[in-house]
Order: sequence, then structure tokens, then C-alpha cells
Amino acid sequence: MMAGKWRWLLVALLLAAAVAAPLGQKSYIVYVLTSWLVFAIAAMGLNLTLGYAGQISLAQASFMAIGAYVTALLTLAGWHWLIATPLALLACFVVGLLLGYPALRVKGHFLAFVTLAFNTLVFLVLRNEEWLTGGSYGLSGMPRPDLGLFTTMRPLPFYYFTLAVTVIAALAMWGIVRSPWGRAFRALRENPIRAESLGLDTRRITLLAFAIGSAYGGLAGALVTSLVQFIEPASFGVGHSLRILLMVVVGGAGSFFGPFLGSGVVILLPEVLRFTEGYYLIIYAVLVIVMLIYAPEGLIGIGARLKMKFFSRSQVRADMSQGASLK
Amino acid sequence: MSQFLQVLLSGLATGSIYALAAIGFALVWQAAQTVNFAQGEFVMVPAFFVLIGMGFFGMPFWLALAFGLALSMLVLGYAFKKLIVEPILPHGGITLIIATMALAILLKETVKESYSAEAQPFPALFSNAPMNFFGAAVSIQDILNLIVSLSIVVVLTLFLNRTRTGRSMQAAAQNPAVAEILGVNVKRMVLYTFLINAALASLAAFLITPVYLAKFSNGETIGLIAFIAAIVGGFNQIRGALVGGLLIGVLDNLTATYVTAQYRAALPLVLLIMIILVRPQGIMGTSEGRSV
Amino acid sequence: MTAPVLSVRNIEKRFGGIRAVRGVSFDVHKGEILGLIGPNGSGKSTLFNCILGQLVPNAGEVAVSGRDVSGMRPSDLNKLGVGRTFQQLSVFPRMSVFDNIILAGQEHRGTMSSRLFGAPDAGLTQDAERMIAFFRLTHLRDELAGSLSYGQQKLVDAAMAFMAGPSIVLLDEPAGGVNLTMLAHLKDRLVTYNAEHGTTFVVIEHNMEFVMSLCTRIIVLAEGAVIAEGTPDEIRSNQTVIDAYLGG
Repeated sequence: MMAGKWRWLLVALLLAAAVAAPLGQKSYIVYVLTSWLVFAIAAMGLNLTLGYAGQISLAQASFMAIGAYVTALLTLAGWHWLIATPLALLACFVVGLLLGYPALRVKGHFLAFVTLAFNTLVFLVLRNEEWLTGGSYGLSGMPRPDLGLFTTMRPLPFYYFTLAVTVIAALAMWGIVRSPWGRAFRALRENPIRAESLGLDTRRITLLAFAIGSAYGGLAGALVTSLVQFIEPASFGVGHSLRILLMVVVGGAGSFFGPFLGSGVVILLPEVLRFTEGYYLIIYAVLVIVMLIYAPEGLIGIGARLKMKFFSRSQVRADMSQGASLK
Repeated sequence: MSQFLQVLLSGLATGSIYALAAIGFALVWQAAQTVNFAQGEFVMVPAFFVLIGMGFFGMPFWLALAFGLALSMLVLGYAFKKLIVEPILPHGGITLIIATMALAILLKETVKESYSAEAQPFPALFSNAPMNFFGAAVSIQDILNLIVSLSIVVVLTLFLNRTRTGRSMQAAAQNPAVAEILGVNVKRMVLYTFLINAALASLAAFLITPVYLAKFSNGETIGLIAFIAAIVGGFNQIRGALVGGLLIGVLDNLTATYVTAQYRAALPLVLLIMIILVRPQGIMGTSEGRSV
Repeated sequence: MTAPVLSVRNIEKRFGGIRAVRGVSFDVHKGEILGLIGPNGSGKSTLFNCILGQLVPNAGEVAVSGRDVSGMRPSDLNKLGVGRTFQQLSVFPRMSVFDNIILAGQEHRGTMSSRLFGAPDAGLTQDAERMIAFFRLTHLRDELAGSLSYGQQKLVDAAMAFMAGPSIVLLDEPAGGVNLTMLAHLKDRLVTYNAEHGTTFVVIEHNMEFVMSLCTRIIVLAEGAVIAEGTPDEIRSNQTVIDAYLGG
């Protein structure tokens, strides 16, 4: 078992790195780092639904959309971001609960299709209902949150604001996954029939897995609204849901830190591969396929495997070492 | 009335082409539990193989079609199975779904970067001239597309039901363990299924590309409609995928003409969600043999 | 006399035209270890699934401690004190043995909100460790359940069934595929648990030796109906039973 002390030290170091990273950087780099955090939140949510609870969803981008549009419309109407965002999260939670209902009837690829269809429907509504959403032109000019002494208009303060939100979201997620709820989510993934026979109301926990995961998507959306200050339906299509899914899988589904790693790779890889110009998506797709062949449990899984190899005496906690490869 | 007939017939024509892709999709699912999210790209790519055959190797159209078909079976059938499905399937269905999504990106981007991002004209197999059909002006292309794709379905059904190989393929898909005991070479039968899927996708490509032009992004719509057709009709039957394809083709055309063009794309999705919730085995499907 | 722990009345289950269970009735009293045996296809598993809410019977009632539980969801049934094990391995393979056991108890403690905001172990660490020790699995506490041997997983499965302190546990072929040493250990644990806690058992089993030595009373099913009932000795010498087994 990895000593808890060391793990916290590692987290503290990473946090220090996150604080120091944007200092002295160009605003584009700060923007990229901020979107890393935003997507890490969305991926964290999907990781709960898919990685912990085992319910595939291809609709995470649509929850970012709902979060983003609700926050945008409310802040444009003069509401403060801090009031608009909880309402956006609530909206996502409720819609996520509804999207969970199909999961009570169908699993696996059928669920993938239902959620994919849902994502496309949300996209169509955003594009067609111009009176509300501005149609293809989207919404723009949303104010960034003003916290009195601390205004987030400039990129760097907004980065720190996003970092603070991310830390709070991560702590909340940590609380959820180590609580009995977290255990129930994993039991749902591993063996729903057995879980039901042990008194677990699997219907309720399935719906919660969707609702909470969706609310995280909504939080990411609320941050996107302020980050980009311009939202359009095309930013929340099925392709983006797929991207978030890849973040979860690349990082390591069902591991707590996986989404941070995965979103980092998915966001930063295009930057690193910039010199390849148009070919980056090709390289990227090939890398994903190769990884799925050789390391389906994700990068965290590879890390744990290496660690087992080199420090075999300090045994990694069993459920970390295996990662949670998808069923 | 004549407009209705026209809309109906052209819906059936497109629908029958969707059905080809949907049938391939369902076959591969049955034989190897592979949900191919790249199926749409499997219909997009063969058109470019043909264009390469004509443009790069200077083949005549008919030879380029044969070349496209063969190359598709090799790449989208054989290589797909060997390089992607075989190594990843043991890791689980969802992992494979994600891999096929990555494959879709790979195919799309490769075509875009190496051939062209612009829509390319594609020679038509049949004349597009209108023809009078009970007072409706219907294009000969639509009628012939419908006839050709239905014939392909008939031939495929005969092959699967009447030939030894076809029956072995069905046995291998339904119960691989028993089939193996009965002396069926299950692995080979599964490979045949992948080859047939690639062939069906190519034929669908040859029929539909003259209508839509050849473009790297064509697969997005076709793929989604093929899944929906397969699910709506019933995943485990050729008949189901055929009915699903025709139904969606017709409904799509009818909605676009009579109800709303804006939400045209929404209709198949709503249909999909309703079918999955109300009748997950599909319109024609039987609940046995489908574990969800 | 108090109500039987489990009372099954006229359970009938048809699949299409086949009557898998034909009006079976029996009572199980506190502290009993009841064996349910019968040749393959005699309807034992179907009956089990009807009692446990996995299948909905076409007719008949099931009562637990006098309370009608027909049509109840498995999770609600479990909360009324009905535990079970499965014929196939049924642990949570990528969770530690400890987490498997805690999960089996946590839904019986507190409320939804206390399970989110309260202690991560739902206050069950001591109980879980005692249960793990009872099945002699302490050295495997932090291992993934899926990495255990078949027999060890069967023990974890049983431990989970007992974790919530049920009044009755239904065991579906506990001996299937378990080696002899492990089988003796399993039987010893079941008998000890029964003696210490007075927990009632219903056991479906093919292994005659195991059933005969474990159970206090045996019911024999054939073709969906009860054909005999009695102590192990009575069943052993019952001609109808012998015919049913030999006849197929």
C-alpha cells in the first residue's frame, strides 16, 4: 500500500507546480493551462460515470453545453457567476438524472448510442432555437466573475480562479469516491446483480452516477463560458464528448488522478504535435489505438506497472495497480 | 400525391443503401461482438480507393470499382480484424468501441490530409435522368439504386441460408462453442464476416457517393444512420437492418419535405431513443440472443 | 409458535409452455439448515430465483417472518434480512476483499446522506475484520477479490451474505467446484455460524455428501414439484427419490 504521507506530498508538489506553471508565460500558454483544468473537471465527472460506475456516456460535452449556456444566459442577464453556476449545475444534475433512466434498461453499446443520440439532440436544439441560444452564431460577451478584491478579467487571475474551483471539485470528488457511495459505484460496475442482492438500490445509484458526472460536466461548461467568453453549438458536439471520453480512457478509467493526466495529454498533445500540422489527429488516433492494444488500463496503469517492476517491495495498493480496465 | 410518391421512392432508394451498411454492422456485431463506430468511414473510404484507382493508376471506372472493392476487403476487412479487433476485443467491448472511434478519426483525417479536404465528384453508376413513374418524376438512379441494393441483400440472404459456408457462418455467430465442436472453423467464419462487411460497405459507397460526392466527412452521417437502422430494425437480423434502413430513409425524406428541415437530423435519433427504451430488441428482433 | 422465517406457498413458474415450478410450498423455521435437492432441471434454481425476487413467479406467495415479500426487489428483500450466495462466482473482482465485505454491510447502515457524508467505512471496519477473520481470510484482506482462488472467492461470497446479519441465507450450490479441503472448511464455517448466530440456511446443492452432512432437513424436487421431504437418513432410503435420480 502506497504510504498516504507520500501520496499527499506528491499531490502538494503537483499543486505547487500548478501554481507556478503559468508564471511569466504568454497568455496563450495560460489559456491552454486553463483549458486543461476545465477539461479535467469534465473528465473527472465522466470518470465517475464510466470509470467508477461503469456506465458509458458519450454525452459529456452536451452537459458542458447545458452548463455553459445556462451560465451564459444568466450572466448576460446580469446575474453573478457564483449564483448562475450552481443553477447550471442543478440543471445538469436534473438532466443527467433523466439521461440515467435509459441506463436502467440498456447497457454497454446500447447506452453508448442513446447518450450519443442525446448529445446530437442537444446540439440540434442549440443550433436551431436561435431566440434563446443565438443559433450557430452562439453567445458572446459574457462577463468573467468579479470577486470584489480579486477580479478575473486578466488571464492569470482567471487561471488561479479556475485552479481554485478545480481543487474544490477534486476534493468533493475525492470525498465521493472514498465514501460508501464510491464503493457502491464500483460495485455497480463490477457486478450489479450481486450488489442488488446485498441491499444496494442499483437503480438509484445508477441515476446518481449519471447525475453527479453530468453536474461536473456542467461546472466545466460554466468555466468555459467565462474562459472563452464566446460559446457556440459546435464547441459541444459529439466529437467533443469523444474527446472527453478519450481523456478518461487515456488517463486511466476508474483511477482518481487519471482524468488530470488524460486531459493533460489530450489537450497538450496537439500543442506538442503542432509541427506536424494537419497530421496531428492522425498521429493522435494511432497513439490511442496502440495504447488500447498494449495498455487498456491507461497511463496511470502503465505508471503503476512500472512502479511494481522497480519497487516491487513497496506493494502498490491492489486496486490502483490494476487500474480499472473497462469491461 | 405524385410528390409523395417521389419522396417515398427516393427515401427507399437512400434507405436501401443505408441498409447495406447497417447489415454489415449487424453481421460484425453478431459474429465478433464488435460495435464498429467507424462503419460510416468504412462507407466513405472505398470511394477514395476508387478515385485513387482511376486518378493514380489510370484504371477505367469498372476496374477501379473492382480495385476499390478488393482493397476495402483487405484493409477494412482483414486488417481491421487482425490489427484492431483481435488484440483489443479481450480487453472488453467498451474498449473496442473507443478504439473504433479512434479508427474513425484516423480514416477521416488520413483521407483529408492525403487526398483532399474538398468534396470530389464521383462517377455515377447510373444515369440521373428523371423518369415518369405513375405520374411521379423519379430518377432512374434512385430506382436502380433500390433494385441493386435489394438484390445484394437477397444474394447475401441466399448465401447465408443456402450455402454450407453461409450456414457455418451463422452457426459460428450464434454459438461459437457448439459450432467449433461441429467442426466449423469459427475463426475463419468470423474473418468472412469482416470481409463481407467491408464488401457491403464498399457497395454502399459505390451507390451513395455519386449522390453525396466523395468527402472525408461523409462517414459521420452514414455511420450514425447505419447504427440507428441496425438498432431500430433489430440488431440480430438481416431483415431487421433492412427494414430499419428503409424506414429511416423514408422517414428522413418525409420529415424534411413535410415537417421540418431544421430538425430533420433529430428524427432518427428520437426514433432510436424510443426504440431502445420501448423495444430494445428492435422492430423485427426477437429478444433471445441479445444480452444487454 | 412464531411465524416461519421463510414461508413459500404454491409457487408456480412457467416459461412459455413449460411449467418449471409447479405449485411448490414449504416452510423454513429458525435455525434450520434446509437442503433443496433434485436432479438437473428439477426447478431448484428457478424456485430460488422466484423466492429471491430475481424472477417473478406466475402464482404463489413468499413470506419472510410472516411478512409477504412477493414481487419485492432483491435489494429490499435483502434489507428484510434475506442474504444469498450465487452459483457462479459473485464477488466484486476489482475491489479488495475488505471493500467487498464492507459493501455487503454498508447499505444496512444509516441513510443515503450519511453514506455520502459520514465515515468512509460506514463504521463497519471492526465488523468486517471480524467477518474476514471468521472465514480465515485475514491475510487476504487487501487483495483484489478477483485475484483469489476459486474456493477463497466462494468464502468471500459467503462472508458477504452474512455481513448484514441476515435472519436467513440462501446458498446456491456453495460446494460447486470447490476442492475437498476448502469444502470441509466451508462446511465447518457454515455449521459454526449457524450454531453461534442461529441463522437459518436454505442450501441448493448437487454434492450429496455435502448436503447430507450439513443439512437438518431435506426437500427433494423433481420436475418442478416436491416429491419427498425428511431428515437426511429418511431421504437416503426413500425409494421415490432413488427412482427420480436414477430415472433421470
